[in-house]
Amino acid sequence: MRNELLEIIQHNSKITTVDLAALLNSDEETIAQEITACEKEKIICGYHTLINWDKTNRDKVTALIEVQVTPQRGQGFDKIAERIYRFKEVTAVYLMSGGFDFTVIIEGKTIKEVALFVGQKLAPLESVNSTATHFVLKKYKDYGFILEKTKKDERMAVTP
Amino acid sequence: MKDYLSKHAKVIPPSGIRKFFDIVSEMEDAISLGVGEPDFDTPWHIREEGIYSLEKGKTFYTSNSGMLELRQEIALYLNRKFNLDYDFKSEILVTVGGSEGIDLAFRALINPGDEVLIPEPSFVSYKPCAYLAGAKVVPIPLKEENNFRLTAQELETYITEKSKIIVLPFPNNPTGAVMEKEDLESISKIILKHDLIVLSDEIYAELTYGREHVSIATIDGMRERTIIINGFSKAYSMTGWRMGYAVGPSEVIHLMTKIHQYGIMCTPTTSQYAAIEALKNGDSDIGYMKRAYNQRRRFVLDSLGKMGLRCFEPLGAFYVFPSIQKTGLSSEDFAKQLLLEQKVAVVPGTAFGESGEGFIRCSYAYSIDDLKIALERIEAFVN
Repeated sequence: MRNELLEIIQHNSKITTVDLAALLNSDEETIAQEITACEKEKIICGYHTLINWDKTNRDKVTALIEVQVTPQRGQGFDKIAERIYRFKEVTAVYLMSGGFDFTVIIEGKTIKEVALFVGQKLAPLESVNSTATHFVLKKYKDYGFILEKTKKDERMAVTP
Repeated sequence: MKDYLSKHAKVIPPSGIRKFFDIVSEMEDAISLGVGEPDFDTPWHIREEGIYSLEKGKTFYTSNSGMLELRQEIALYLNRKFNLDYDFKSEILVTVGGSEGIDLAFRALINPGDEVLIPEPSFVSYKPCAYLAGAKVVPIPLKEENNFRLTAQELETYITEKSKIIVLPFPNNPTGAVMEKEDLESISKIILKHDLIVLSDEIYAELTYGREHVSIATIDGMRERTIIINGFSKAYSMTGWRMGYAVGPSEVIHLMTKIHQYGIMCTPTTSQYAAIEALKNGDSDIGYMKRAYNQRRRFVLDSLGKMGLRCFEPLGAFYVFPSIQKTGLSSEDFAKQLLLEQKVAVVPGTAFGESGEGFIRCSYAYSIDDLKIALERIEAFVN
Protein backbone atom coordinates (compact mmCIF):
# COMPACT_ATOMS: atom_id res chain seq x y z
CA MET A 1 0.00 0.00 0.00
CA ARG A 2 2.87 2.37 0.81
CA ASN A 3 4.02 2.80 -2.77
CA GLU A 4 0.51 3.37 -4.01
CA LEU A 5 -0.06 5.93 -1.26
CA LEU A 6 3.16 7.73 -2.16
CA GLU A 7 2.26 7.70 -5.84
CA ILE A 8 -1.04 9.43 -5.11
CA ILE A 9 0.31 12.13 -2.82
CA GLN A 10 3.25 12.78 -5.08
CA HIS A 11 0.71 14.12 -7.56
CA ASN A 12 -1.66 15.65 -5.06
CA SER A 13 -0.33 16.39 -1.61
CA LYS A 14 -3.54 18.25 -0.76
CA ILE A 15 -5.63 15.09 -0.78
CA THR A 16 -7.29 14.38 2.56
CA THR A 17 -6.77 11.25 4.63
CA VAL A 18 -10.50 10.56 4.26
CA ASP A 19 -10.16 10.39 0.48
CA LEU A 20 -6.94 8.42 0.70
CA ALA A 21 -8.61 5.87 2.91
CA ALA A 22 -11.38 5.40 0.35
CA LEU A 23 -8.97 5.19 -2.59
CA LEU A 24 -6.79 2.62 -0.89
CA ASN A 25 -9.50 0.66 0.84
CA SER A 26 -8.08 1.50 4.25
CA ASP A 27 -9.02 3.67 7.21
CA GLU A 28 -7.99 7.19 8.10
CA GLU A 29 -5.94 6.20 11.09
CA THR A 30 -3.81 3.72 9.16
CA ILE A 31 -3.25 6.27 6.42
CA ALA A 32 -2.23 8.97 8.90
CA GLN A 33 0.19 6.58 10.60
CA GLU A 34 1.69 5.55 7.30
CA ILE A 35 2.24 9.17 6.29
CA THR A 36 3.85 10.01 9.62
CA ALA A 37 6.11 6.97 9.30
CA CYS A 38 7.15 8.04 5.79
CA GLU A 39 7.89 11.53 7.07
CA LYS A 40 10.03 10.18 9.90
CA GLU A 41 11.91 7.87 7.57
CA LYS A 42 12.51 10.80 5.23
CA ILE A 43 10.72 9.01 2.44
CA ILE A 44 8.41 11.98 2.38
CA CYS A 45 10.90 14.84 2.48
CA GLY A 46 8.54 17.76 2.18
CA TYR A 47 5.39 19.08 0.55
CA HIS A 48 6.02 21.09 -2.52
CA THR A 49 3.66 23.19 -4.58
CA LEU A 50 4.29 23.47 -8.28
CA ILE A 51 3.99 27.11 -9.24
CA ASN A 52 4.30 28.58 -12.68
CA TRP A 53 6.03 31.83 -11.71
CA ASP A 54 5.91 33.01 -15.30
CA LYS A 55 2.25 33.75 -14.73
CA THR A 56 2.94 36.03 -11.79
CA ASN A 57 4.61 39.43 -11.73
CA ARG A 58 7.62 38.06 -9.91
CA ASP A 59 10.82 37.81 -11.94
CA LYS A 60 12.49 34.48 -11.67
CA VAL A 61 15.38 32.96 -13.55
CA THR A 62 16.32 29.30 -13.47
CA ALA A 63 19.71 28.06 -14.58
CA LEU A 64 21.14 24.61 -14.97
CA ILE A 65 24.86 24.48 -14.35
CA GLU A 66 27.16 21.66 -15.33
CA VAL A 67 29.98 21.51 -12.80
CA GLN A 68 33.21 19.60 -13.05
CA VAL A 69 35.07 19.04 -9.82
CA THR A 70 38.07 17.25 -8.40
CA PRO A 71 36.90 14.86 -5.70
CA GLN A 72 38.77 15.26 -2.45
CA ARG A 73 40.74 12.45 -0.98
CA GLY A 74 38.74 10.47 1.55
CA GLN A 75 35.60 12.55 1.05
CA GLY A 76 34.57 11.74 -2.52
CA PHE A 77 31.89 13.90 -4.05
CA ASP A 78 29.62 14.22 -1.04
CA LYS A 79 31.62 16.86 0.73
CA ILE A 80 31.83 19.05 -2.35
CA ALA A 81 28.15 18.54 -3.03
CA GLU A 82 27.43 19.77 0.47
CA ARG A 83 29.54 22.88 -0.06
CA ILE A 84 27.37 23.58 -3.07
CA TYR A 85 23.89 22.62 -1.89
CA ARG A 86 24.11 24.68 1.28
CA PHE A 87 23.78 27.91 -0.71
CA LYS A 88 20.18 29.02 -0.57
CA GLU A 89 20.25 29.96 -4.27
CA VAL A 90 20.79 26.33 -5.13
CA THR A 91 17.52 24.42 -5.48
CA ALA A 92 18.89 21.06 -6.64
CA VAL A 93 22.17 19.22 -6.90
CA TYR A 94 22.58 15.89 -8.66
CA LEU A 95 25.70 13.77 -9.05
CA MET A 96 25.90 12.75 -12.69
CA SER A 97 27.46 10.10 -14.83
CA GLY A 98 29.09 11.19 -18.07
CA GLY A 99 30.96 14.31 -19.13
CA PHE A 100 30.60 16.36 -15.95
CA ASP A 101 30.06 15.69 -12.26
CA PHE A 102 27.22 17.78 -10.86
CA THR A 103 24.07 19.28 -12.23
CA VAL A 104 23.32 22.29 -10.09
CA ILE A 105 20.03 24.09 -10.47
CA ILE A 106 19.96 27.67 -9.36
CA GLU A 107 17.13 30.14 -9.06
CA GLY A 108 17.57 33.87 -8.93
CA LYS A 109 15.68 37.06 -9.69
CA THR A 110 17.73 38.08 -12.69
CA ILE A 111 20.28 36.61 -15.04
CA LYS A 112 22.80 38.95 -13.50
CA GLU A 113 22.12 37.65 -10.04
CA VAL A 114 22.62 34.06 -11.16
CA ALA A 115 25.75 34.94 -13.11
CA LEU A 116 27.19 36.69 -10.08
CA PHE A 117 26.47 33.70 -7.91
CA VAL A 118 28.22 31.37 -10.33
CA GLY A 119 31.16 33.72 -10.78
CA GLN A 120 31.62 34.68 -7.16
CA LYS A 121 30.47 31.67 -5.15
CA LEU A 122 30.38 28.51 -7.21
CA ALA A 123 33.29 28.74 -9.65
CA PRO A 124 35.84 29.89 -7.07
CA LEU A 125 35.26 26.84 -4.84
CA GLU A 126 38.56 25.04 -4.46
CA SER A 127 37.47 21.71 -5.94
CA VAL A 128 35.47 23.18 -8.81
CA ASN A 129 37.35 22.93 -12.09
CA SER A 130 34.83 24.36 -14.47
CA THR A 131 31.21 25.42 -14.85
CA ALA A 132 28.89 25.76 -17.82
CA THR A 133 25.72 27.74 -17.20
CA HIS A 134 22.51 27.18 -19.18
CA PHE A 135 19.55 29.45 -18.57
CA VAL A 136 16.04 28.07 -18.81
CA LEU A 137 14.02 30.03 -21.35
CA LYS A 138 10.65 28.40 -20.91
CA LYS A 139 9.29 25.56 -18.84
CA TYR A 140 6.83 23.28 -20.62
CA LYS A 141 6.60 20.46 -18.18
CA ASP A 142 7.82 20.21 -14.61
CA TYR A 143 7.52 17.42 -12.07
CA GLY A 144 5.34 15.47 -14.49
CA PHE A 145 2.85 18.28 -15.01
CA ILE A 146 2.33 20.04 -18.30
CA LEU A 147 2.30 23.69 -17.26
CA GLU A 148 0.15 25.40 -19.84
CA LYS A 149 -2.51 23.07 -21.07
CA THR A 150 -5.65 22.26 -19.19
CA LYS A 151 -7.13 19.02 -20.34
CA LYS A 152 -10.65 19.04 -21.70
CA ASP A 153 -12.77 15.90 -21.69
CA GLU A 154 -13.24 15.18 -25.38
CA ARG A 155 -15.47 12.19 -24.89
CA MET A 156 -19.15 12.19 -25.78
CA ALA A 157 -21.25 12.54 -22.65
CA VAL A 158 -22.99 9.18 -22.80
CA THR A 159 -21.77 6.11 -24.67
CA PRO A 160 -22.51 2.40 -24.36
CA MET B 1 -43.09 6.40 -52.40
CA LYS B 2 -43.60 2.99 -50.96
CA ASP B 3 -41.94 2.02 -47.71
CA TYR B 4 -38.53 1.09 -48.97
CA LEU B 5 -36.84 0.40 -45.64
CA SER B 6 -35.88 -3.03 -44.39
CA LYS B 7 -38.52 -4.36 -42.03
CA HIS B 8 -35.83 -6.37 -40.37
CA ALA B 9 -33.71 -3.30 -39.59
CA LYS B 10 -36.70 -1.17 -38.64
CA VAL B 11 -37.81 -3.32 -35.75
CA ILE B 12 -34.53 -2.98 -33.88
CA PRO B 13 -35.18 -0.57 -31.01
CA PRO B 14 -32.86 2.44 -30.86
CA SER B 15 -30.23 2.34 -28.12
CA GLY B 16 -31.66 3.43 -24.77
CA ILE B 17 -28.52 5.44 -24.23
CA ARG B 18 -29.17 7.84 -27.05
CA LYS B 19 -32.00 9.65 -25.24
CA PHE B 20 -29.76 10.64 -22.38
CA PHE B 21 -27.02 11.71 -24.68
CA ASP B 22 -29.38 14.17 -26.32
CA ILE B 23 -30.44 15.71 -23.01
CA VAL B 24 -26.94 15.88 -21.55
CA SER B 25 -25.39 17.43 -24.59
CA GLU B 26 -27.76 20.39 -24.34
CA MET B 27 -27.17 20.89 -20.64
CA GLU B 28 -24.46 23.19 -19.35
CA ASP B 29 -22.28 22.13 -16.41
CA ALA B 30 -23.75 18.65 -16.34
CA ILE B 31 -21.42 15.99 -15.04
CA SER B 32 -21.58 12.70 -16.79
CA LEU B 33 -20.84 9.30 -15.37
CA GLY B 34 -22.34 7.87 -18.51
CA VAL B 35 -19.28 7.31 -20.61
CA GLY B 36 -18.32 3.80 -21.60
CA GLU B 37 -14.73 4.57 -22.48
CA PRO B 38 -11.51 5.31 -20.61
CA ASP B 39 -10.66 8.90 -19.71
CA PHE B 40 -6.92 8.53 -20.29
CA ASP B 41 -5.39 9.75 -23.51
CA THR B 42 -3.85 6.98 -25.56
CA PRO B 43 -0.27 6.76 -24.20
CA TRP B 44 1.98 9.06 -26.18
CA HIS B 45 4.41 6.41 -27.40
CA ILE B 46 1.48 4.64 -29.06
CA ARG B 47 0.13 7.81 -30.65
CA GLU B 48 3.62 8.74 -31.74
CA GLU B 49 4.02 5.44 -33.56
CA GLY B 50 0.77 6.14 -35.43
CA ILE B 51 2.04 9.58 -36.39
CA TYR B 52 5.38 8.16 -37.48
CA SER B 53 3.68 5.59 -39.70
CA LEU B 54 1.84 8.43 -41.43
CA GLU B 55 5.07 10.35 -41.88
CA LYS B 56 6.64 7.32 -43.49
CA GLY B 57 3.72 7.14 -45.89
CA LYS B 58 2.21 3.94 -44.51
CA THR B 59 -1.17 4.84 -45.91
CA PHE B 60 -2.13 1.78 -47.94
CA TYR B 61 -4.35 -1.23 -47.37
CA THR B 62 -2.91 -4.06 -45.35
CA SER B 63 -3.78 -7.73 -45.62
CA ASN B 64 -7.45 -8.42 -44.81
CA SER B 65 -6.66 -10.22 -41.59
CA GLY B 66 -4.38 -7.43 -40.38
CA MET B 67 -0.61 -6.99 -40.65
CA LEU B 68 1.36 -10.11 -40.00
CA GLU B 69 3.50 -8.43 -37.35
CA LEU B 70 0.38 -7.25 -35.54
CA ARG B 71 -1.13 -10.73 -35.52
CA GLN B 72 2.15 -12.14 -34.28
CA GLU B 73 2.17 -9.62 -31.45
CA ILE B 74 -1.45 -10.42 -30.61
CA ALA B 75 -0.59 -14.12 -30.40
CA LEU B 76 2.36 -13.37 -28.11
CA TYR B 77 0.27 -11.06 -25.97
CA LEU B 78 -2.58 -13.56 -25.53
CA ASN B 79 -0.08 -16.19 -24.55
CA ARG B 80 1.80 -13.92 -22.14
CA LYS B 81 -1.29 -12.55 -20.44
CA PHE B 82 -3.95 -15.22 -20.57
CA ASN B 83 -2.11 -18.42 -21.36
CA LEU B 84 -3.89 -18.74 -24.71
CA ASP B 85 -2.35 -20.32 -27.74
CA TYR B 86 -3.43 -19.12 -31.20
CA ASP B 87 -1.81 -19.42 -34.58
CA PHE B 88 -1.27 -15.94 -35.97
CA LYS B 89 -1.60 -17.19 -39.54
CA SER B 90 -5.00 -18.81 -39.35
CA GLU B 91 -6.66 -18.13 -36.03
CA ILE B 92 -6.53 -14.35 -35.61
CA LEU B 93 -8.50 -11.65 -37.39
CA VAL B 94 -7.95 -7.95 -36.73
CA THR B 95 -11.29 -6.12 -36.66
CA VAL B 96 -12.69 -2.61 -36.46
CA GLY B 97 -13.07 -2.59 -32.71
CA GLY B 98 -14.46 -5.51 -30.75
CA SER B 99 -17.88 -4.60 -32.14
CA GLU B 100 -17.07 -5.72 -35.67
CA GLY B 101 -15.80 -9.01 -34.28
CA ILE B 102 -19.12 -9.58 -32.52
CA ASP B 103 -21.06 -8.85 -35.69
CA LEU B 104 -18.82 -11.06 -37.83
CA ALA B 105 -18.95 -13.96 -35.42
CA PHE B 106 -22.76 -13.97 -35.45
CA ARG B 107 -22.87 -13.72 -39.22
CA ALA B 108 -20.37 -16.52 -39.63
CA LEU B 109 -22.20 -18.86 -37.25
CA ILE B 110 -25.92 -18.28 -37.43
CA ASN B 111 -28.43 -20.04 -39.61
CA PRO B 112 -32.03 -18.79 -39.59
CA GLY B 113 -33.81 -19.83 -36.42
CA ASP B 114 -30.69 -20.58 -34.38
CA GLU B 115 -30.96 -19.35 -30.84
CA VAL B 116 -28.38 -17.12 -29.25
CA LEU B 117 -28.28 -16.99 -25.47
CA ILE B 118 -27.36 -13.56 -24.14
CA PRO B 119 -26.86 -13.00 -20.42
CA GLU B 120 -28.21 -9.61 -19.38
CA PRO B 121 -27.55 -6.89 -18.35
CA SER B 122 -24.86 -6.65 -20.99
CA PHE B 123 -23.40 -4.54 -23.75
CA VAL B 124 -25.99 -3.19 -26.16
CA SER B 125 -24.68 -4.70 -29.41
CA TYR B 126 -25.15 -8.43 -28.95
CA LYS B 127 -28.91 -8.50 -29.31
CA PRO B 128 -29.29 -6.45 -32.49
CA CYS B 129 -26.26 -8.05 -34.16
CA ALA B 130 -27.52 -11.55 -33.43
CA TYR B 131 -30.98 -10.59 -34.58
CA LEU B 132 -29.71 -9.06 -37.83
CA ALA B 133 -27.79 -12.25 -38.51
CA GLY B 134 -31.09 -14.13 -38.37
CA ALA B 135 -30.98 -15.54 -34.86
CA LYS B 136 -33.64 -15.74 -32.24
CA VAL B 137 -32.31 -13.92 -29.20
CA VAL B 138 -32.84 -15.53 -25.82
CA PRO B 139 -31.88 -13.25 -22.93
CA ILE B 140 -30.75 -14.83 -19.68
CA PRO B 141 -31.48 -12.42 -16.83
CA LEU B 142 -28.59 -12.42 -14.35
CA LYS B 143 -29.15 -11.78 -10.68
CA GLU B 144 -27.57 -9.45 -8.19
CA GLU B 145 -27.61 -12.23 -5.59
CA ASN B 146 -25.17 -14.16 -7.80
CA ASN B 147 -23.04 -11.04 -8.22
CA PHE B 148 -24.34 -10.95 -11.78
CA ARG B 149 -22.39 -14.07 -12.70
CA LEU B 150 -23.89 -16.67 -15.00
CA THR B 151 -24.61 -19.93 -13.19
CA ALA B 152 -24.81 -23.35 -14.78
CA GLN B 153 -28.39 -23.66 -13.60
CA GLU B 154 -29.44 -20.38 -15.19
CA LEU B 155 -27.79 -21.34 -18.43
CA GLU B 156 -29.42 -24.73 -18.59
CA THR B 157 -32.88 -23.26 -17.92
CA TYR B 158 -32.80 -21.32 -21.17
CA ILE B 159 -31.30 -23.95 -23.44
CA THR B 160 -33.54 -25.47 -26.12
CA GLU B 161 -32.82 -27.78 -29.05
CA LYS B 162 -32.20 -24.72 -31.16
CA SER B 163 -29.65 -23.12 -28.87
CA LYS B 164 -26.40 -22.57 -30.69
CA ILE B 165 -24.35 -19.75 -29.19
CA ILE B 166 -23.85 -18.51 -25.68
CA VAL B 167 -22.45 -15.01 -25.40
CA LEU B 168 -20.12 -14.63 -22.45
CA PRO B 169 -19.70 -10.93 -21.70
CA PHE B 170 -17.21 -10.90 -18.83
CA PRO B 171 -15.73 -8.77 -17.31
CA ASN B 172 -19.11 -7.22 -17.81
CA ASN B 173 -20.33 -3.89 -19.02
CA PRO B 174 -22.48 -2.59 -17.27
CA THR B 175 -22.27 -4.56 -14.02
CA GLY B 176 -18.51 -4.96 -13.58
CA ALA B 177 -19.08 -8.64 -12.80
CA VAL B 178 -16.37 -11.21 -13.57
CA MET B 179 -16.46 -14.98 -14.00
CA GLU B 180 -13.79 -16.82 -12.08
CA LYS B 181 -12.28 -20.14 -13.03
CA GLU B 182 -14.75 -22.22 -11.00
CA ASP B 183 -17.69 -20.34 -12.52
CA LEU B 184 -16.37 -21.04 -15.99
CA GLU B 185 -15.74 -24.68 -15.24
CA SER B 186 -19.26 -25.19 -14.05
CA ILE B 187 -20.90 -23.58 -17.09
CA SER B 188 -18.45 -25.39 -19.40
CA LYS B 189 -20.04 -28.70 -18.47
CA ILE B 190 -23.42 -27.45 -19.66
CA ILE B 191 -21.88 -25.94 -22.78
CA LEU B 192 -20.31 -29.29 -23.68
CA LYS B 193 -23.41 -31.23 -22.82
CA HIS B 194 -25.50 -29.15 -25.21
CA ASP B 195 -22.78 -28.66 -27.80
CA LEU B 196 -22.91 -24.86 -27.72
CA ILE B 197 -20.49 -22.37 -29.26
CA VAL B 198 -19.14 -19.64 -26.98
CA LEU B 199 -18.72 -16.04 -28.03
CA SER B 200 -16.55 -14.73 -25.24
CA ASP B 201 -16.29 -10.94 -25.23
CA GLU B 202 -13.12 -10.29 -23.25
CA ILE B 203 -12.61 -6.66 -24.14
CA TYR B 204 -12.25 -5.76 -20.43
CA ALA B 205 -9.92 -8.68 -19.69
CA GLU B 206 -7.09 -6.39 -18.57
CA LEU B 207 -9.30 -4.56 -16.11
CA THR B 208 -9.88 -6.96 -13.26
CA TYR B 209 -9.11 -6.11 -9.67
CA GLY B 210 -7.43 -8.37 -7.19
CA ARG B 211 -7.54 -11.36 -9.55
CA GLU B 212 -6.42 -12.18 -13.05
CA HIS B 213 -8.90 -12.67 -15.84
CA VAL B 214 -9.43 -16.28 -16.89
CA SER B 215 -10.50 -16.97 -20.45
CA ILE B 216 -13.03 -19.73 -20.96
CA ALA B 217 -10.87 -20.99 -23.85
CA THR B 218 -8.35 -22.23 -21.26
CA ILE B 219 -10.94 -24.62 -19.77
CA ASP B 220 -10.82 -28.21 -21.05
CA GLY B 221 -12.78 -28.80 -24.23
CA MET B 222 -13.61 -25.12 -24.72
CA ARG B 223 -10.94 -23.85 -27.07
CA GLU B 224 -12.35 -25.55 -30.16
CA ARG B 225 -15.81 -24.08 -29.52
CA THR B 226 -14.87 -20.59 -28.40
CA ILE B 227 -14.42 -17.35 -30.28
CA ILE B 228 -12.76 -14.67 -28.22
CA ILE B 229 -13.35 -11.00 -28.90
CA ASN B 230 -10.75 -8.60 -27.57
CA GLY B 231 -9.23 -5.28 -28.54
CA PHE B 232 -7.26 -2.20 -27.70
CA SER B 233 -10.01 0.22 -26.69
CA LYS B 234 -10.24 -0.46 -22.99
CA ALA B 235 -6.81 -1.85 -22.17
CA TYR B 236 -4.79 0.84 -23.91
CA SER B 237 -7.38 3.60 -23.92
CA MET B 238 -7.63 3.51 -27.70
CA THR B 239 -11.38 3.68 -28.35
CA GLY B 240 -11.22 6.09 -31.28
CA TRP B 241 -8.61 4.02 -33.10
CA ARG B 242 -11.21 1.30 -33.65
CA MET B 243 -8.93 -1.67 -33.17
CA GLY B 244 -10.07 -5.07 -32.03
CA TYR B 245 -9.52 -8.68 -32.89
CA ALA B 246 -11.22 -12.05 -32.88
CA VAL B 247 -9.42 -15.32 -32.25
CA GLY B 248 -10.79 -18.82 -32.54
CA PRO B 249 -10.74 -22.04 -34.51
CA SER B 250 -9.44 -21.51 -38.05
CA GLU B 251 -12.67 -22.56 -39.79
CA VAL B 252 -14.72 -19.84 -38.16
CA ILE B 253 -11.95 -17.21 -38.38
CA HIS B 254 -11.71 -18.08 -42.06
CA LEU B 255 -15.42 -17.39 -42.58
CA MET B 256 -15.29 -14.22 -40.52
CA THR B 257 -12.32 -13.04 -42.57
CA LYS B 258 -14.28 -13.61 -45.75
CA ILE B 259 -17.15 -11.40 -44.55
CA HIS B 260 -14.69 -8.83 -43.21
CA GLN B 261 -12.88 -8.81 -46.54
CA TYR B 262 -16.03 -7.80 -48.43
CA GLY B 263 -17.47 -5.47 -45.82
CA ILE B 264 -14.43 -3.73 -44.42
CA MET B 265 -11.34 -4.74 -46.41
CA CYS B 266 -8.94 -4.09 -43.55
CA THR B 267 -8.69 -2.02 -40.37
CA PRO B 268 -7.05 1.41 -40.62
CA THR B 269 -3.34 1.05 -41.29
CA THR B 270 -2.33 3.86 -38.92
CA SER B 271 -4.22 2.16 -36.11
CA GLN B 272 -2.49 -1.13 -36.82
CA TYR B 273 0.94 0.43 -36.45
CA ALA B 274 -0.10 2.07 -33.21
CA ALA B 275 -1.50 -1.24 -31.99
CA ILE B 276 1.80 -3.04 -32.60
CA GLU B 277 3.54 -0.49 -30.41
CA ALA B 278 0.85 -0.91 -27.75
CA LEU B 279 1.39 -4.66 -27.60
CA LYS B 280 5.16 -4.39 -27.63
CA ASN B 281 5.64 -1.64 -25.08
CA GLY B 282 2.31 -0.96 -23.42
CA ASP B 283 2.25 -3.29 -20.44
CA SER B 284 3.29 -0.58 -18.01
CA ASP B 285 0.59 1.77 -19.31
CA ILE B 286 -2.02 -0.83 -18.52
CA GLY B 287 -0.60 -1.23 -15.03
CA TYR B 288 -0.75 2.51 -14.43
CA MET B 289 -4.32 2.89 -15.66
CA LYS B 290 -5.48 -0.18 -13.82
CA ARG B 291 -4.15 1.16 -10.52
CA ALA B 292 -5.97 4.42 -11.10
CA TYR B 293 -9.24 2.62 -11.94
CA ASN B 294 -8.91 0.46 -8.89
CA GLN B 295 -8.49 3.49 -6.63
CA ARG B 296 -11.52 5.14 -8.16
CA ARG B 297 -13.49 1.93 -7.90
CA ARG B 298 -12.85 1.78 -4.16
CA PHE B 299 -13.60 5.47 -3.82
CA VAL B 300 -16.94 5.18 -5.61
CA LEU B 301 -17.95 2.05 -3.70
CA ASP B 302 -17.07 3.78 -0.45
CA SER B 303 -19.17 6.84 -1.35
CA LEU B 304 -22.15 4.77 -2.50
CA GLY B 305 -21.98 2.81 0.73
CA LYS B 306 -21.94 6.01 2.77
CA MET B 307 -25.02 7.37 1.01
CA GLY B 308 -26.81 4.07 1.52
CA LEU B 309 -27.03 2.84 -2.07
CA ARG B 310 -26.51 -0.90 -2.13
CA CYS B 311 -23.88 -2.01 -4.60
CA PHE B 312 -22.28 -5.41 -5.06
CA GLU B 313 -18.52 -5.20 -5.45
CA PRO B 314 -17.65 -5.13 -9.14
CA LEU B 315 -14.33 -6.86 -9.80
CA GLY B 316 -13.83 -5.86 -13.41
CA ALA B 317 -14.26 -3.17 -16.10
CA PHE B 318 -14.80 0.41 -14.92
CA TYR B 319 -18.42 0.48 -13.88
CA VAL B 320 -20.42 0.21 -10.72
CA PHE B 321 -24.00 -0.97 -10.87
CA PRO B 322 -25.75 0.17 -7.71
CA SER B 323 -29.31 -0.72 -6.87
CA ILE B 324 -31.67 2.24 -6.75
CA GLN B 325 -34.69 0.18 -5.71
CA LYS B 326 -34.91 1.85 -2.32
CA THR B 327 -35.79 5.15 -3.99
CA GLY B 328 -38.94 3.57 -5.40
CA LEU B 329 -38.11 4.96 -8.84
CA SER B 330 -37.64 3.00 -12.02
CA SER B 331 -34.13 3.04 -13.48
CA GLU B 332 -35.18 5.34 -16.23
CA ASP B 333 -37.04 7.78 -13.97
CA PHE B 334 -34.11 7.80 -11.57
CA ALA B 335 -31.69 8.62 -14.35
CA LYS B 336 -33.96 11.29 -15.83
CA GLN B 337 -34.70 13.01 -12.55
CA LEU B 338 -31.09 12.85 -11.44
CA LEU B 339 -30.09 14.52 -14.66
CA LEU B 340 -32.72 17.23 -14.46
CA GLU B 341 -32.41 17.94 -10.74
CA GLN B 342 -28.72 17.43 -10.08
CA LYS B 343 -27.26 17.48 -13.57
CA VAL B 344 -25.55 14.14 -13.28
CA ALA B 345 -25.83 11.71 -16.17
CA VAL B 346 -25.88 8.00 -15.47
CA VAL B 347 -27.25 5.23 -17.64
CA PRO B 348 -30.38 3.37 -16.54
CA GLY B 349 -29.77 -0.35 -16.09
CA THR B 350 -32.61 -1.12 -18.48
CA ALA B 351 -30.50 0.19 -21.38
CA PHE B 352 -28.61 -3.10 -21.01
CA GLY B 353 -31.58 -5.42 -20.82
CA GLU B 354 -34.79 -5.70 -18.84
CA SER B 355 -33.05 -7.34 -15.93
CA GLY B 356 -31.18 -4.07 -15.41
CA GLU B 357 -34.37 -2.61 -13.92
CA GLY B 358 -33.70 -1.25 -10.45
CA PHE B 359 -30.07 -0.45 -11.21
CA ILE B 360 -28.05 2.32 -12.78
CA ARG B 361 -24.66 2.18 -14.42
CA CYS B 362 -22.07 4.68 -13.25
CA SER B 363 -18.73 4.72 -14.97
CA TYR B 364 -15.70 5.58 -12.87
CA ALA B 365 -13.50 6.42 -15.82
CA TYR B 366 -13.27 9.96 -14.48
CA SER B 367 -10.88 11.94 -12.33
CA ILE B 368 -11.38 11.73 -8.59
CA ASP B 369 -12.36 15.40 -8.54
CA ASP B 370 -15.16 14.81 -11.04
CA LEU B 371 -16.28 11.66 -9.29
CA LYS B 372 -16.44 13.52 -6.02
CA ILE B 373 -18.71 16.23 -7.36
CA ALA B 374 -20.92 13.71 -9.15
CA LEU B 375 -21.25 11.52 -6.08
CA GLU B 376 -22.09 14.48 -3.86
CA ARG B 377 -24.88 15.38 -6.24
CA ILE B 378 -26.15 11.82 -6.37
CA GLU B 379 -26.18 11.77 -2.59
CA ALA B 380 -28.16 15.02 -2.50
CA PHE B 381 -30.61 13.48 -4.94
CA VAL B 382 -31.01 10.20 -3.11
CA ASN B 383 -31.47 11.74 0.33
